[in-house]
Amino acid sequence: MKFAVLVFPGSNCDIDMYHAIKDELGEEVEYVWHDATDLSEFDGILVPGGFSYGDYLRCGAMANQSNVMVEVKKAAEAGKPVLGVCNGFQILTEAGLLPGALLRNKNLKFMCRTVQLKVENNNTRFTSQYEKNQIINIPIAHGEGNYFCDEETLAKLKANNQIVFTYSGENPNGSLEDIAGIINERGNVLGMMPHPERAVSDLLGSSDGLALFKSIVKQWREAHV
Amino acid sequence: MSKMEPTAEQIKELKLYAGMGMSDEEFEMAEKILGRTPNWTETGLFSVMWSEHCSYKNSKPVLRKFPTKGPQVLQGPGEGAGIVDIGDEQAVVFKMESHNHPSAIEPYQGAATGVGGIIRDVFSMGARPIAMLNSLRFGELQSERGKYLFEEVVAGIAGYGNCIGIPTVGGEIQFDPCYEGNPLVNAMCVGLIDHKDIQRGIAAGVGNTVMYVGAKTGRDGIHGATFASEELSEDSEEKRPAVQVGDPFMEKLLLEACLEVVKSDALVGIQDMGAAGLTSSSAEMASKAGSGVEMNLDLVPQRETGMTAYEMMLSESQERMLIVVKKGREDEIKAIFDKYGLDAVAIGRVTDDKMLRLLHKGEVVAEVPADALAEDAPVYYKPSAEPAYFAEFQAIENSEPEVTDYKETLKSLLQAPTIASKEWVYDQYDYQVRTNTVVAPGSDAAVLRVRGTNKGLAMTTDCNSRYIYLDPETGGKIAVAEAARNIVASGGQPLAITDCLNFGNPEKPEIFWQIEKSADGIAAACTALNSPVIGGNVSLYNERSGEAVYPTPTIGMVGLVQDLAHVTTQQVKSAGDVVYLVGETTTEFGGSELQKLVYGKIFGKAPSIDLSVEAKRQQAVLTAIREGLVQSAHDVSEGGVAVALAEKTFATEDLGIYVTLEGSAVTALFSESQSRFVITVKEENAAAFESVVTDAKRIGVVTDDVKITIIGEDSVLLEGTVEEFRSAWKGAIPCLVKSEA
Repeated sequence: MKFAVLVFPGSNCDIDMYHAIKDELGEEVEYVWHDATDLSEFDGILVPGGFSYGDYLRCGAMANQSNVMVEVKKAAEAGKPVLGVCNGFQILTEAGLLPGALLRNKNLKFMCRTVQLKVENNNTRFTSQYEKNQIINIPIAHGEGNYFCDEETLAKLKANNQIVFTYSGENPNGSLEDIAGIINERGNVLGMMPHPERAVSDLLGSSDGLALFKSIVKQWREAHV
Repeated sequence: MSKMEPTAEQIKELKLYAGMGMSDEEFEMAEKILGRTPNWTETGLFSVMWSEHCSYKNSKPVLRKFPTKGPQVLQGPGEGAGIVDIGDEQAVVFKMESHNHPSAIEPYQGAATGVGGIIRDVFSMGARPIAMLNSLRFGELQSERGKYLFEEVVAGIAGYGNCIGIPTVGGEIQFDPCYEGNPLVNAMCVGLIDHKDIQRGIAAGVGNTVMYVGAKTGRDGIHGATFASEELSEDSEEKRPAVQVGDPFMEKLLLEACLEVVKSDALVGIQDMGAAGLTSSSAEMASKAGSGVEMNLDLVPQRETGMTAYEMMLSESQERMLIVVKKGREDEIKAIFDKYGLDAVAIGRVTDDKMLRLLHKGEVVAEVPADALAEDAPVYYKPSAEPAYFAEFQAIENSEPEVTDYKETLKSLLQAPTIASKEWVYDQYDYQVRTNTVVAPGSDAAVLRVRGTNKGLAMTTDCNSRYIYLDPETGGKIAVAEAARNIVASGGQPLAITDCLNFGNPEKPEIFWQIEKSADGIAAACTALNSPVIGGNVSLYNERSGEAVYPTPTIGMVGLVQDLAHVTTQQVKSAGDVVYLVGETTTEFGGSELQKLVYGKIFGKAPSIDLSVEAKRQQAVLTAIREGLVQSAHDVSEGGVAVALAEKTFATEDLGIYVTLEGSAVTALFSESQSRFVITVKEENAAAFESVVTDAKRIGVVTDDVKITIIGEDSVLLEGTVEEFRSAWKGAIPCLVKSEA
């Protein structure tokens, strides 16, 4: 399976995503600069964290104007898996690929720590390798991770099982209903604030994020035998 | 509209140079060098290049004391950052720098641009920055202003480091009233490089092109280096325009572009436009290459209109670099910067006449020998005098502060902001980005893996300025020794240090004495511990309204972890492990946390240190770690053994510690005797450990009762749940920040 890791000016978790795929999963992966106009050779799109365009204007807003986002929307329409982490999640909400928005953390400060997540829905192509309600340790590192959406959207998210991860125990950033990650209705676009790509090695404290990437690859292999 | 500048005659007659920090003698020297009276722009060039910040004119004689060589050293002081070999054709690049005065005036931007500046120093060597550390000093968080400075400095460090995507993995913070009006903000950057990519800041090759890359030049930070070289006063608020404004996004682009450029053989030299901006980079690059540089300032990318030559040359606008490129290959370089949307403009050329020549609007506006600016600043041998307090303190016999309730005392020590948990701080730093952080903030030293190898880099910052105030020479030794102890406890072999020498006004003989003596101590410890000085920074004039900060020569140290299996942290690992105390404890409370707690001040002798004992003991502990005999290791520092033992339990949920200490209780619990470790070892390895670390004393055992119990010679000294001690330790700083002053 061949992954694209998008690189916007100011992306900085691109390297983490790249090495998670290459070193820990052994799958193919390439960096793709923001002005790319063709993603057709890739089977999965990873939108990494960081501070695209310095978070100026509004997190993710400027990145959404890049050429490559036109292609990301096409890939999503074609049913390819698209994963946005942290700033990547913010970009996907700006792009309208996922509902809602990420507001500033409740305490108005950036926070970096490992948190416990609960796998609310393991019936997705991103989470099939987890148990339902499994508690996993995944790091967060963000200043604007406070998920918000209107009541109608929230009702829809619940009705369609689109809430994939919630914060278990303490809600670090004030997210609505403890939401840490959501998926689109079709089930091929996942956005989450926590960083699974930082949790792929016990040496660095946790490997609980590996199952997410393995789930993506497993689904793809089964569909491409 | 450009303002009318004073003429050369007016500068001389009205002594306008004095307003730029130049003395009469210095101005005469400049006249002699030029053979005429310098004009306004030239006076600016001399004044900023001859400031203490750029020239080290007051500190050079002291810096010569430091050992700077060793088989591991690839680049010592003199370039953007020092470089040390780590094998496999790789090297580690690091440096620490101060941004004290800007942070005192505008804490967020002051701290942020301190981070930005030191990062540029590291990538200007061609290295990929992989980690940031810092060393901070504030007042005791009692005033609104003090809290504001603390919160904003932390936010500024976080804002810049997080955005640019370099993990902030470690540091230290101490609080004392002497820093109330003049906080210290020292930032350290560590980078990784392949030997073949090492760059230098040289303008070599006559006819080669001088290019300006990065952000545009504005009027911010003019005379920042001069401002950094004078005391703070009530008027310092007016110097706010001398503080630069940072843009970490711009620097991220500049970083990536420069790291692409260093792979090109079209690049000849590269240097950061840091303090004194365009002036220092051009003059130093020419001087180092023995050449000259001519620049047309009309071509400098400008953010504002009507800038004069003086303003452009003295601006300290951030996120800019000066590079020298082989003639005819400018377009290759420009293409790389174009990709990142950055300016890359040919503004001049390398000449053979050793002059820095500036053209503006068709006229030569300055013509000064490059060496005169970069190398020939006057060097001052300042008078030195032992302050009266030193003899008084030395005459005081060591004695124990009076303590009645050991348990409450331990809690109070754990709540002292210098000892208390810094989680409130490092929670705001992204310490994981780039996914190499093996040991995160909160242990003795941070450890990063070197991707693609089985090696690690341990890094730490240290300086107990109370000891240095009491006894600068001994305190200087302790600062280096403690940094090394932290590296060793983490499983690393110390490689080298960078230092940031923060002191008061060197024109006061008592302050100069502190500088000299602490440098003697640092030099001796560096030699004994085989850890040379590969670079650093001097920050003098750290005074507010005439009151100097404690002498604070901060040490940043990097060590090599040969095998990631050696990585050791401070927290206890499993019940039943044996607890050892390594090293002798005597009654030493001068400058200690307990002394400060009981008397509200410090006095007496600093703890003594024997560097040969220190070196031997560190090697023994490192050997035991490498042989796989050690479960956890922690150095004993502020607050003594009781604090060290408590800290060992805080990161665990289900373990406790039970020990028996010999000797007088107050000394056994809280003395700050040096060269000590607390180590835990599996019972089956105890005999082997004792044969390697021969001065280890078995004091107890790791328990599963989640309690801290310390027994004295004939009674229980203190006993409590880990949680009650932890909550005191964890809650202190959040509580201080929130409380009303």
